Amino acid sequence: MEPLGTFEIIIRVLYQLSSVWIALLLLFALSIAFKRRLGLYGKLFDSPIGMIGFGLVMFWVFVGIFGAMDLIITHDPLSQVSGMKNKVPGTPLAGAEEGEYAWYLLGGDNLARDVFSRVVKGAWIVVQIAPLATLFAFMVGITLGLPAGYYGGRLDTFLSFLANLILAFPVILLFYLLVTPEIVATGLPTMMAIVLFMFPIIFLGVLLNSRYRTQPAFRTPLLIGVLGFALWLYLALISENGYLVRSIPGLPSVLDPFDIPGGILVVFVSVVFVNSPTVFRIVRGLAMDIKTRDYVAAAQTRGEGPWYIMLWEILPNARGPLIVDFCLRIGYTTILLGTLGFFGLGLPPESPDWGSTINEGRKLLSIYLHPALPPALALLSLVLGLNLLADGLREESLKD
Amino acid sequence: MGLFILRRFGVMLLTALCLTFIVFFLTNLYPNLEKLAKTQGNQRMSDEQVQTWLDNRGYSDPLLTKYGRWLGVMPGFTKTLNDGQFVGTCVRPGLTPEETPRFCGIAQGDWGYSTRFKADVDEIIWKRLGNTLYLMMWVMILMVPSALLVGVLAGMREGSRTDRSLSTFSILSTATPEYVSGVIFIAVFTSSTVGLKWFKGTATQAMEEPTFENFFLPVLTIALYGMGYIARMTRASMTEVMTAQYIRTARLKGVSFPNIVIKHALRNALIAPFTVIMLQFPWLLNGVVIVESLFNYKGFGWVLVEAAGNNDIQLLLAVSVVSVFVVLITQLISDIGYVYLNPRIRIS
Repeated sequence: MEPLGTFEIIIRVLYQLSSVWIALLLLFALSIAFKRRLGLYGKLFDSPIGMIGFGLVMFWVFVGIFGAMDLIITHDPLSQVSGMKNKVPGTPLAGAEEGEYAWYLLGGDNLARDVFSRVVKGAWIVVQIAPLATLFAFMVGITLGLPAGYYGGRLDTFLSFLANLILAFPVILLFYLLVTPEIVATGLPTMMAIVLFMFPIIFLGVLLNSRYRTQPAFRTPLLIGVLGFALWLYLALISENGYLVRSIPGLPSVLDPFDIPGGILVVFVSVVFVNSPTVFRIVRGLAMDIKTRDYVAAAQTRGEGPWYIMLWEILPNARGPLIVDFCLRIGYTTILLGTLGFFGLGLPPESPDWGSTINEGRKLLSIYLHPALPPALALLSLVLGLNLLADGLREESLKD
Repeated sequence: MGLFILRRFGVMLLTALCLTFIVFFLTNLYPNLEKLAKTQGNQRMSDEQVQTWLDNRGYSDPLLTKYGRWLGVMPGFTKTLNDGQFVGTCVRPGLTPEETPRFCGIAQGDWGYSTRFKADVDEIIWKRLGNTLYLMMWVMILMVPSALLVGVLAGMREGSRTDRSLSTFSILSTATPEYVSGVIFIAVFTSSTVGLKWFKGTATQAMEEPTFENFFLPVLTIALYGMGYIARMTRASMTEVMTAQYIRTARLKGVSFPNIVIKHALRNALIAPFTVIMLQFPWLLNGVVIVESLFNYKGFGWVLVEAAGNNDIQLLLAVSVVSVFVVLITQLISDIGYVYLNPRIRIS
């Protein structure tokens, strides 16, 4: 079979991504049609920068999701095909069987794996971990930052000292200390997960309790339901084979539907750990600013509890800057994940995540460009999209 | 002011103590010590042999004792092994057992002995830090003026075409981490596939004789990531200044536009970026580690990677002390500098 030309490669890649294009088109058509009723999200479609950013982000989200459903990839991202080592883009597969895709669209890497499929699978890893880790970091930052800013005093001094302590660590040193097989063997990451993953539950509990405190008949079943589910999820996340850490019994395996491999868990925990002090500082600053407003004084005069004021008066009014920072922080988390992969920390070496792929590709960079460039450009475009999205959101939220 | 600086130094020392203790704790966890024993002894040691090795060198003592030894407030560990070999925390090659000091720690000015490089830690740190400082100096020389220029030009006329294109450039540069831009630069400018071959893909020779050809790409790679952020801050502060009343007055008076920008706006617009530039140092430290491994330049970041990879406890502690002080001192300078630059703020 003939090798593909540049034009043909582009057409075939675009065709492979057709499910993504359809999803993007549908999303944009629906959003633009109903944009007046969609609040801040709808306003995003008034700003071209925001729209480009949102498009880039959603492109990678859809690539990740459909890639995980095996709609896009042409080959298995882990399997090696003999004779395809370091082959240039568009090389036909040597001895392709019936039903197999006949080309390596973006070439093969130094272990003869398909670069295109690896980039697509790598998107799934980022799309899974980055937003979730950022969300957890926000939960931790908000749960600690609100009281620090609202009460001030000793609590604030203590928590700020802790936050500054973590921030004074160079991120890479922290990663090198935390994300190693030796540390995973001590069970330290699981212990950190036990502490860090508690914060979303505390956050949810306090949030609902402070709102419905006055209606016990409604509150009690709601809290039992929500917290019960959250607690089950929490235990399922951190316990492995019925144990939390070594000999401490956790959730029985029967009730434990999924196990997170130790490598992913340590990556997740360390990314949350690195991000939360910054979120803490932002939330603390916002809380200190907003607590002097009249509506907070009014709530205090009404006799509302401190947590109600923090979570239902201060937090909603701080949402603008927080949403913008959330977008930027997902981008930063993506960069951090790439850094981890680049230094070969945490994720298994054959993992298709972008950082590891760049790291592998760079060793042969002076001869073969194609294994390293696609993941590099993918990471660049996703982070760029998130930054543009944050810019668009900031612009639109400043308008009202 | 004196009291303020004194208090900040107090907090700084406390932070450094806490941080080194955390590093000490993490590096002294048993699996890490086991790895150290196996890399120093041999890979096929049995569990008992590892334990004996650790016992003989004082690694099995309580954590606080070991930390005290490192600080220099506890006497160092010494032991004469069965085969007559004299080992201990203060033992250095070339010193007889009688000459070996009783205390050796930070308090005595001794930073310890690197198990990875078989040399004194302060010697290694100074040598490698020199390489990195040289790199940082050129990064600053390239990054700061160009970032300020981009920011001022973009913020001068908000919404103009120059503003749009320069802002896009700064967003693009903040979205490109060093390992992405470095890879792209190496691919475009050094590979035989593209064929430009303007620069060298490694900076190994730059340690002895830095030239434009082998040193520019690493500098550019670090500078580019930090540049966008400073430029955006400068732009924001410049646009704010340009809408101020006194600028409008100057304009109505008939002052020419270049004069307004240079004489009236610039000084006030540069206060905010100053803090940002100082706070960039910790970030640069990250960039340095990535770029040094990407371009094979043996500086401070390379030492960090080597020390962490081999669990070289004392070297790693020295590395973290240095980086923590870099972070904290830049914070202090940025606070003090802010006060001096902006007469409206005074510390009560």
